[in-house]
Amino acid sequence: MPSLKTLRTRINSVKSTRKITQAMKMVAASKLKRAQSQAEAARPYAERMERMLGALATAVAGSPEAPKLLVGTGRQDVHLLVVVSADRGLCGGFNSTISRFARNRIRALEEQGKTVKILTVGRKSRDYLRREFARQIVGEVNFVGKKRIDFTDAAEIAQRITAMLNAGEFDVCTLLYNRFKSVISQVPSEQPLIPASIPETGEVAADVGPKALYEFEPAEEEILANLLPQNLAIQIYRAMLESAAGEQGARMTAMDNATRNAGDMIARLTLNYNRQRQANITKELIEIISGAEAV
Amino acid sequence: MATFTLELVSPEQLLFSDEVEMAEIPAAEGYIGVLPGHAPMIVALKGGVIRIHKGGAITHRLFVAGGFAEITAERCTVLAEEAVPVADLSRDSAATRIAEAEAAYAEAAKGESVEAREAAMARLLAARARLEAASA
Repeated sequence: MPSLKTLRTRINSVKSTRKITQAMKMVAASKLKRAQSQAEAARPYAERMERMLGALATAVAGSPEAPKLLVGTGRQDVHLLVVVSADRGLCGGFNSTISRFARNRIRALEEQGKTVKILTVGRKSRDYLRREFARQIVGEVNFVGKKRIDFTDAAEIAQRITAMLNAGEFDVCTLLYNRFKSVISQVPSEQPLIPASIPETGEVAADVGPKALYEFEPAEEEILANLLPQNLAIQIYRAMLESAAGEQGARMTAMDNATRNAGDMIARLTLNYNRQRQANITKELIEIISGAEAV
Repeated sequence: MATFTLELVSPEQLLFSDEVEMAEIPAAEGYIGVLPGHAPMIVALKGGVIRIHKGGAITHRLFVAGGFAEITAERCTVLAEEAVPVADLSRDSAATRIAEAEAAYAEAAKGESVEAREAAMARLLAARARLEAASA
């Protein structure tokens, strides 16, 4: 049985832990709100970009000179996986879920005899994947110490990927990230970047009729050459924002659980402490009484 | 007068969305005036000022550094990386941008890469357009 003093120290220590987890939960909640509104604000651009891209892609479809960013290199041998995770821990299974998802994907690709290269965005996935695939990691980006993600950050990553593609370093590029489904649930998802997935644009332009009716200035190919890198950047930007919102959501849930657990533990320890205290009092009383009787 | 919907979007947010009568857009090959019922078009933009007309007068002047626009009979969507009201532009910051862009171009001109040189050139042109817009 632990002494009263150790129990007291332990209760105090759990209490201060609870204070910390509670504060972290509140911080995560307010950051989540910000991240969510940032993700929502980015949506209109992505939607319109998709619509335009759909129209353009139809216009150049089948042309032998379609840009690599759109159709890929025509081979499927070397895969580049871009894994988006958080920079910090203490957010439940958020980072390990996406890292494990990436690991399974890498293994599956390697079994098919493909070469895999990895670009990690965020520190945690790098730390995890480095253990097993240190040699395949060709690049890493993190935003440690940065308050919010800007579009320029995503644009830089996109530039890097484009440069690698032009240098012929990979054939297929896939983005792996945690999709923000709700505050308590993030789903690891993958999205093909190169070759670009062109949205089925059925409703695109009811007011335009067949898409081929668009006029282009300058020529389709030229616009496409500018639009595609931009599209790549926006896809990455979107994934990064979703992941950031998911991270805060996951942290909030994790910290909420931790706070609750700490509360339970304090209740249990306090019960123990009081029992011990009473036992001590009883013991002392008995000692005094039996002492008095002996006189 | 008839109107159409003009939307101005940056990757970070929706900047402008309203019914307007006419918009002047700095397309890569010269300014385009968009009125309701315009033929469907997709254009690339260069650095310049978008002028928005409503009620027979110019209501907004916004500088964009580049981007794309999709025009249909009923709407016009401009995708710009950034858009700044002309009144908020300052000549000094525009001049610094030109200096930076010139340095970047000089750097790129030394290299072999055509793309890098073109990108630097586009940046320089956008910076010059910014100064012009700021001075006007």
